[in-house]
Amino acid sequence: MARSMCWHCQSEVTGEYLCGQCVKVQPLSKELDYFACFKLGRLLNIDAQELERTYYELSRTFHPDFYSTKDESEKTISLGNSAFLNSAYRTLKDPIQRVEYLIRLEAGAVKDIRSNPPADLFEEILELQEDMETFRGLSSEKDSTERAELRQKLQRERGHLEERQEEMEKALLTKYHEWDQLQNQHADPSKAREQKDLVLRSMQEILSNRTYICNMANELLETTG
Amino acid sequence: MSRIVGIDLGTTNSLIAYMDKGAPRVIPNPDGVTKIPSIVGMTDNGLIVGDPAKAHLTRDPSRTIYSVKRFMGRGLADVSEELKYFPYSLHEKNGVIRIEVGGKTYSPPQVSAMILKELKRRAEEFLKEDISKAVITVPAYFNDSQRQATKDAGMIAGLEVLRIINEPTAASLAYGLQKKTQGIIAIYDLGGGTFDISILKLKDGIFEVLATNGDTHLGGDDFDQRLLDVFVEEIAEQHAVKIQEHPDLMQAVRLAAERAKVRLSDERETTVVVELPNGKYEKTLTREIVESLVVELVERTLAPCQAALKDAGLRADQIDEVVLVGGSTRMPLVRSKVENLFGKKPHSELNPDEVVALGAAVQADILGGHNKEILLLDVTPLSLGIETMGGVMSALIRRNTTIPTSAKEMFTTYVDGQTSVDIHILQGERELVKDNRSLARFQLKMPPLPAGVPRVEVTFLIDANGILHVTARDIRTSEAQSVQVKPSHGLTDDEVEGMIRDSFQFAEEDINTRQVIEARTEANAIIVATDKALSRASALISDKEKAEIQRVIQQLGETQKGEDHRVIRAGIAEVEKETHHLAEVLMDATLKEALESKKVSEFVK
Repeated sequence: MARSMCWHCQSEVTGEYLCGQCVKVQPLSKELDYFACFKLGRLLNIDAQELERTYYELSRTFHPDFYSTKDESEKTISLGNSAFLNSAYRTLKDPIQRVEYLIRLEAGAVKDIRSNPPADLFEEILELQEDMETFRGLSSEKDSTERAELRQKLQRERGHLEERQEEMEKALLTKYHEWDQLQNQHADPSKAREQKDLVLRSMQEILSNRTYICNMANELLETTG
Repeated sequence: MSRIVGIDLGTTNSLIAYMDKGAPRVIPNPDGVTKIPSIVGMTDNGLIVGDPAKAHLTRDPSRTIYSVKRFMGRGLADVSEELKYFPYSLHEKNGVIRIEVGGKTYSPPQVSAMILKELKRRAEEFLKEDISKAVITVPAYFNDSQRQATKDAGMIAGLEVLRIINEPTAASLAYGLQKKTQGIIAIYDLGGGTFDISILKLKDGIFEVLATNGDTHLGGDDFDQRLLDVFVEEIAEQHAVKIQEHPDLMQAVRLAAERAKVRLSDERETTVVVELPNGKYEKTLTREIVESLVVELVERTLAPCQAALKDAGLRADQIDEVVLVGGSTRMPLVRSKVENLFGKKPHSELNPDEVVALGAAVQADILGGHNKEILLLDVTPLSLGIETMGGVMSALIRRNTTIPTSAKEMFTTYVDGQTSVDIHILQGERELVKDNRSLARFQLKMPPLPAGVPRVEVTFLIDANGILHVTARDIRTSEAQSVQVKPSHGLTDDEVEGMIRDSFQFAEEDINTRQVIEARTEANAIIVATDKALSRASALISDKEKAEIQRVIQQLGETQKGEDHRVIRAGIAEVEKETHHLAEVLMDATLKEALESKKVSEFVK
């Protein structure tokens, strides 16, 4: 890791996070990404135990509790580093946030939120939306049998959507392996880039479908109570 | 590095603790009592705090402030429902509640500062050194305004608050330290005025909070209120006395309700007696009756427990240990509800009143650099966001995010030449702005450029205290912009400074009050002792002398009611003078007795 001068004693920083000369904590580099912060490559399969171990170790290095008696500059650095570390851990710990972050890093793409349902679910979703409309229209006192039946149907639909969501997450996991394999191969760089972009795009597609389904399931839950 | 103390600033009681050779200890008063009632009384001669103020509650309720923690960081609208129960008058200024007592106005942090000063004084007397640094605990579910108000209180009391720490997490530190526990624990903390549930993972010295939830308006006070309502109604029926019109009686009935509730944690039945102007109100209560009155309140704690479990991604059976904190968890009903929810018997080996203060002392030790083994990773209890179009809140930092944490948001303009953007910061879980808590507002300055060109990045940082800091930076020029945040329910820096100055004035009044109280206590002790001596020695002194002694102690009995400690001291000196001979006579008699009994015992040998 390319290192700069210590903000305090101006000597070259040889240690990883602390200056070798004056032992002051150093601000994390602005270029550092979450994976690098945890000394990980940009891989999607992460050992949760190992991640937690590193997180605890780095927390012991950066947490403001250990800088309470230090001067203001060190306190500020510890606060900033600690906030960054916590965001990094939260993002990498969750498989969905992890892949979203990777796509942002690799493709620079912002999360695209789709307004149309996934093609294979188009008709099902359309019917679902109509049913929800009808359900909302029925007052809770009258039409109790019709309402109860419709509610049951909507709840069944929600179960179905959740199954779909699980399938998508499984599909996503296979893509994680594809990605990691490509990352570990030392093939022709331009060809590898092409393949990687393909995997990134398909992961992004699955992600946005998944988001759509999640929102739909939540809306169903809110409607039926 | 001077010593840092740990303070539990509670709704009903407060405690102060320190680290004694690696073990946390609560500091007692000379009588060995560790709890100080969080009650402040204003007398003609100034302030009284704690037990003397509790006694003041029934004598002069309109000038005695209790449960002030309920008002911290809040506006009048937040407490409108319970206003009728409080004997003092409240109003609001700049979004902050003000308490009017004896013609003076106090903010809740000022009143809390009076309690903090009393704790500080106790610690200074006990440790024989100046105390200027503290860790203060707050309910985990306290929002930013309530935390800031607590920090303000510390400043007004002359304390540097090194950390605001959550009560259940503090308890986990004390508990974990003693039990050397590893695994997932749930801390169920039901105090006088607030309820918290926190779920933590304890591993290799790291105390990681996974989720927290709670209700900052639910506690033992509310249980008392349910009982009080029954008493008030029955007294109206049976004695035709409207308690609401007699604040002193109201407080007497309230204290009776509290005592009955406490007794029924150990006993199955108890009788409440309240003296009324036209007779006695008597009521026999069973544990079942009280439980039926409060069961709905106890059950209200269960939904936050389930929400916390869900946020932690855990099922109830995955919790290894459940720990009870807070005086209200002494109630058998609370214990059985908790046991039912988690499917295991909760722990309560540590004193539920003291464990929070002990944990605060452990955290103080960590901050002082004396303990590098333990690290607490806490979370923010509520989502933080800003107001967007259509009165909707857009969340920037989700609840249960580990702190410190930060979020950045880019702002631009909608109109050519627009020079500022108003930003409204909120805390809460609801979709609409109006259903969430307004924290603060500020105005972001924009360079006068065509619409959409300016780019100002705002960083919202929640520090390890759970308190928000806002900074802004113009992306085009990289220049930092100072942000003047105006709190919705908080004191401004100027106000806090003014209150710090005022507190010096109160300090002088305090000294006078303390001297009066001490003189009075001494006077009463002398009266009792002299009475006793007189009855023992009546045959040994002349009637004239006896009459003279009786006269001076009667006189002292009158003077000690006054508010001038010098007059009381003079009275004490007079009694001492008049009883000098009596003391000698008694001493001789005692000696003689001792000698005689010795002779007898020798004879027996």
